[in-house]
Amino acid sequence: MTEAASRKTPLYDEHVRLGAKMVAFAGWLMPVQYTGIVAEHQAVRNNVGIFDISHMGQFIVASTPSSQKSGGEGAAATWLNMMLTNNIDKLDVGMGQYTFLLNERGGIIDDLIVYRIGDQNFLLVVNAARTEEDLAWLQEHFSVPVRIEDRSANFGGVAIQGPRIGELFHALFGKDVELPPRNAIADLPFGETTVSVARTGYTGEDGIEVFFRATNAVKFWNAALEKGKPLGIKPCGLGARDTLRLEMCYPLNGSDLSPERNPIEAGLGFFVDLSKPNFIGRDVLLKTKENGLCEKLVPFRMKEKGPPPRPHYAVFQNGQRIGEVTSGTLSPSLNWGVGMAYIDAAHAKIGAEIDIEIRGQKFRATIEKKPLYKKSTS
Amino acid sequence: MNIPDDLFYTETHEWIKREGENVRVGITDHAQSELTDVVYVELPKMDRHANAKEAVAVVESVKAASDIYAPVKGTVVEVNKALEADPGLINREPYGQGWIFVLKIDNVDELKQLKDSEAYRKQIG
Repeated sequence: MTEAASRKTPLYDEHVRLGAKMVAFAGWLMPVQYTGIVAEHQAVRNNVGIFDISHMGQFIVASTPSSQKSGGEGAAATWLNMMLTNNIDKLDVGMGQYTFLLNERGGIIDDLIVYRIGDQNFLLVVNAARTEEDLAWLQEHFSVPVRIEDRSANFGGVAIQGPRIGELFHALFGKDVELPPRNAIADLPFGETTVSVARTGYTGEDGIEVFFRATNAVKFWNAALEKGKPLGIKPCGLGARDTLRLEMCYPLNGSDLSPERNPIEAGLGFFVDLSKPNFIGRDVLLKTKENGLCEKLVPFRMKEKGPPPRPHYAVFQNGQRIGEVTSGTLSPSLNWGVGMAYIDAAHAKIGAEIDIEIRGQKFRATIEKKPLYKKSTS
Repeated sequence: MNIPDDLFYTETHEWIKREGENVRVGITDHAQSELTDVVYVELPKMDRHANAKEAVAVVESVKAASDIYAPVKGTVVEVNKALEADPGLINREPYGQGWIFVLKIDNVDELKQLKDSEAYRKQIG
């Protein structure tokens, strides 16, 4: 992907002004870091940080007015329940859930969050790199009177994450306005406009994701930085976003998830409701459950302080190759090498020792429980 | 960007300081800023002989691992052990305490192929 072909988010000029190092990511020019990945990571763990997530795709799925007249009120929910793995019926209006869009083989096209913003009105927030593919897949599988609108180009978004989110939220929206509950989304007035605030994130810290019209992006971004200044806010890039999510073992699409992997192998069966009578990929997942897994995604931690693990490093046990690393880094919170790898399911036991091959040399690691980093609750 | 005039440079962003029959080698201020926070350094083996442009060390940031090359043919006679405990020295003092290794040069003439500060400044634009 060439930089010339990359699109700019509505916050591009702000990133450049702040001295961000810009990189091409999923077809967009995005900040990888401003001052440094470690400092930005720590700002989110200790205070608060703000990320541009305008590159993410945003779809609205709704029942068409004609379907509602003809008695098909549930069209949008019914159809989404066919397309996605989690159960839409469990969502009250104003709530969101993590879910998967699968192909016929049970492989992951995308992982996303779906919010029920009206009875038959849904907001889907999808990965930037998969936006076009998702849309094509959804349109290909239209069978009921449902309308799907890709609003990605006209909308932007930010994630504001960290333990001081409450203070910043009240500074931005007013001291009497309540933070939406975990996984909820609410439309809130901001100046002369309205923004959608969801209590979600990808960092393991308390936080919100805010979606707004692209024309309001700069105003909101700068307001958050201004009000967040006394709280120690930092603008954070993709680098910190990656280390934060990996410490929590949140998967990254394209690295830990792919059309060749299914949610059960990825250890994310919790977000698949096999009790639903039908959804795309269900048959394959049922068979996977029945026959057992071939490979499984496991978190691991290096035994010694040494070189950090990286994607594509080979994994061994007793000299036998058993898998490959999909995500790896030096965890800034632990100051230690951590990662995730797909390995033979037979070896995927918590506490088991594995070897990661780094530049021809093997380094010992231990299979861990999720998450790799747990905040002390003192 | 700091590019001292009394050093030589390579296309691969190493700096070279002549010390008699030896050269001291590190990575430039520009390189450390591009790499971001250095979290691990794999030092060259002592007494290793390397050709010019041969990878001898690895500098790892949070994001990626990058090879460091021998600027000229020579033998490793000193390595900066301090980087094992504090790899961030490369970010904080790229031209000082952040040096990586010292090579005993095989052929002093090879130094003529290195860039001066002006040429390096031009390279990174």
